[in-house]
Amino acid sequence: MLSVRRFLNTIGPGTLWLVAFLVLPALVMLAYSFLTRVDLARVGPPWTLESWQRVAGYDALFQEWVGDNVRVLWRSVWVAGLSTLLCVLMGYPLAFYIARQDARRKNLLLLLLIIPFWTNFLIRVYAWILILRPFDLVPSLAATFLGMVYAFVPFFVLPVYSSVEKIDWRLLEAAEDLGASPVRAFLAGVFPQTLPGLVAGIILTFIPALGTFVVSDILGGAKTALVGNVIQNQFGQAGDWPYGSALSFLLMGVVLLGLWAYARTAGQKGLEELI
Amino acid sequence: MKRTHPALSAWAWLVYAFLYLPIVVVIVFSFNDSRFGATWAGFTTKWYGNLFARADVREAVAHTLEIALLSTVLSTLLGTLVGLGLWRYTIRFRTGLTFLLVMPIVMPDVVMGVSLLMFYAFVRGLLERAGWTFDNGFWTVLLAHVTFQISYVALTVRSRLAGYGRDLEEAARDLGATGLKSFLHVVLPLATPGVLAGALLAFTLSLDDFVVTYFTSGSGFRTLPVLIYTNVKRGITPDINALSALLVLVTVVAIITANALLRPRRSVP
Amino acid sequence: MRRVPQKTDVGPRVPYNHRHDPSKRHGVTAITGVAFKGKRIRELSPDAAVSVVDVVKGYRGAGGAETRVLDDIDLDIRRGEFFSLLGPSGCGKTTLLRLLAGFERPDAGRIIIGGQDMTGVPPHRRNVNTVFQSYALFPHLNVQDNVAFGLRMKNVPAAAQRDRVARALESVRIAEFATRRPDQLSGGQRQRVALARAIVNEPQVLLLDEPLSALDLKLRKELQVELANLQETLGITFVFVTHDQEEALVMSDRIAVMNRGRIEQLGRAEDLYERPRTAFVANFLGSSNLIPGTVQELDGTAAMIRTVHGPLRTTHGAGLRVGQDVTLSVRPEKLRMERDDVAVGNEIRARVDDIVYTGAENQYLLEAAGQRLVAFQLNSDIGADEDFDYEEQVALYLPPDNLIVLEET
Repeated sequence: MLSVRRFLNTIGPGTLWLVAFLVLPALVMLAYSFLTRVDLARVGPPWTLESWQRVAGYDALFQEWVGDNVRVLWRSVWVAGLSTLLCVLMGYPLAFYIARQDARRKNLLLLLLIIPFWTNFLIRVYAWILILRPFDLVPSLAATFLGMVYAFVPFFVLPVYSSVEKIDWRLLEAAEDLGASPVRAFLAGVFPQTLPGLVAGIILTFIPALGTFVVSDILGGAKTALVGNVIQNQFGQAGDWPYGSALSFLLMGVVLLGLWAYARTAGQKGLEELI
Repeated sequence: MKRTHPALSAWAWLVYAFLYLPIVVVIVFSFNDSRFGATWAGFTTKWYGNLFARADVREAVAHTLEIALLSTVLSTLLGTLVGLGLWRYTIRFRTGLTFLLVMPIVMPDVVMGVSLLMFYAFVRGLLERAGWTFDNGFWTVLLAHVTFQISYVALTVRSRLAGYGRDLEEAARDLGATGLKSFLHVVLPLATPGVLAGALLAFTLSLDDFVVTYFTSGSGFRTLPVLIYTNVKRGITPDINALSALLVLVTVVAIITANALLRPRRSVP
Repeated sequence: MRRVPQKTDVGPRVPYNHRHDPSKRHGVTAITGVAFKGKRIRELSPDAAVSVVDVVKGYRGAGGAETRVLDDIDLDIRRGEFFSLLGPSGCGKTTLLRLLAGFERPDAGRIIIGGQDMTGVPPHRRNVNTVFQSYALFPHLNVQDNVAFGLRMKNVPAAAQRDRVARALESVRIAEFATRRPDQLSGGQRQRVALARAIVNEPQVLLLDEPLSALDLKLRKELQVELANLQETLGITFVFVTHDQEEALVMSDRIAVMNRGRIEQLGRAEDLYERPRTAFVANFLGSSNLIPGTVQELDGTAAMIRTVHGPLRTTHGAGLRVGQDVTLSVRPEKLRMERDDVAVGNEIRARVDDIVYTGAENQYLLEAAGQRLVAFQLNSDIGADEDFDYEEQVALYLPPDNLIVLEET
């Protein structure tokens, strides 16, 4: 029996918590992006659009469009994008391979996949320093790529696998029966069934990749600064909180937009599938 | 069609090799009797000994465990309630609520860490006018962890319960159970596996978290991941190799145990 | 003249969550006669196990439009009878059942069970049990514990529990599976467990929500007979919801045919089948030929109806007026097909359009004066010359007694 009060009893406390520690901080962040840097780690009036101008590449000091920030943003996007693509290339076939095994091997292979997934992120990234240092490949952009792909492949494979596991192979047979070549039969009969997992995997890979700073911090260098690094810097040495907030809010906005678009198409079920 | 193309097999093994190479390297190097780790200088376990002698390591471990335990308890409580509510009631705001729950999961950690940092500063500013203040430390980290844990617990609980129809509660009431009895005798037993899974998930996430903790912990309070980071930035000491190897071992053991425990799956009628 | 239910007709609402001594039922008084709390409602029959009095239930759809799921439902269910609610999906039958169980409350009207006003009383305090469509067996308990659940909730002593559970399992013939879990049982077995779990509590009324719909045909027919026998043995009042008209006809003492929130007709199976009152009932129970016409002549309880096929005579003409527009209904199996014009009246000349062979009978689809008619002929062992062929012209004889006059809707 539906009773609004009892419903609130259950979801109330949790929702309140999320509003307090997720939504409010986001609002504070938005507010701060419109204030001015008073001191290291302090903000105050006046209200200004300066930080946002800087995000757009406009240097208020010299009154000209410099484009520094835009370069960083663009670099983050294509690095994240390429990393995700590499993850797809690596992980998509892997998901199929695992799904085709018998039950016992399947379990073992999944276990072997989950171990890196659960191993501390930092350790997995920094381990590459040990490997690449003798070859003088670290710090570099290539190392960053390597580290990104390495870090995110498990994030990608698991959602894809859950879709692949549920494939109805009869659709493939039906396509072949209707005269499709193996490739076309795959594209028509099997690939669409993997889309939900594929999309979820891409989202769960691309977004963290977009916002990462650990990988580029440890394996890249100053030249490979990504959005995440710039933000981290603003809250560390540079101490420019409004600028950091603007960048961060931009990142959050992009993610939320994407999530909202996904929710519109996939519906509530799709949202829940992400976990 | 169970035959697997040899190319597919080869590719799979390649990926697995790629995944485990660094892990193996770390473990191997943790036994390397060389300060700089570039070449193999002999087998030793002294780095492990060094590790336990370090006070900052011991402190970080303690902090990490404290936070993980406490945050898990809190988030499991809150998250289970939310998951239960989501399962039991169909209400208009469901999609909106799910969206809110998914946000912490999908959101880049940086954004979350940074916004919390500023939120704490904001609150501190307000409190300072009343004469109070606080440092970023245990409590700020704890609150942050709970925030992202709630979502995982709620969604795990809900997905585990999803297989059971809501008419189970109705059947209980039809048979004479009050709301409380129906909860204790029917809902709770069914939800328990999901709650435990959610709690385990929350615990692991807390243990492993770096970015959010980094921003919300201030300078005085360190957890293990933060410790590792600061050490790596300064330059790799072999102790870190040993620490990493240990953590990997712990993870492996935990996963194998969890897998063994969760394996007998009860099918849902 | 139907009384329009007002909101004020609903007496003091029984609040849900208050805890109280069951012997002092707040707001619930035994109803024996005409008035309830000083307000005059209809007469309640003394042997009614359940009385539904002017119940309305609706909800506000998009745009504020109110949809009535139950529109002025009023009926009595007799003690010890097997009563069915029959209708297509969406007709409100399940909602009505849920009102009886206590999972929902009517917007207006009262629910009287066993002489007590139960409107607003929550399910766990009603002496009513439900067999759910999905069985709703508790997955974490075995069969025995499932069946014992209701007794446990009432704190029945352990020995008595064991005893009653054993007897209930016996009566549905599932005692051998007592220690199994629901996921180890077949559909039919789970259904029996759900049944046992309900009847072990010896309720005043047992509600069954399409319990056989998930089973295959053969099993369903078996259980139909078993359920009917069980009901007779136990003597409990059954209220059975189904959309399968054959099922209702086989098992029930009385049936209420529902459509769009209203009761179209209520009565015994034969009454509903032989004398349907509306086109809906005529077509929902079995199939029917509908012929529109106008009353030409009246002759006592008989009437001559002018139709496009010529004048037809019916013996169900009581209460009609000359000139009134009516719809006649005749069942396909009542029509007699002849080769020649036998000229006894009430004949329609028709042409055979299509023949469907269903084993025991031939179904003829005929065309007469632009109208489609259906006739069934049994394939009894008489001879080939009794079969009709495509395009053949035949004479359809309509027995006046089987020509039903339907009510205006």
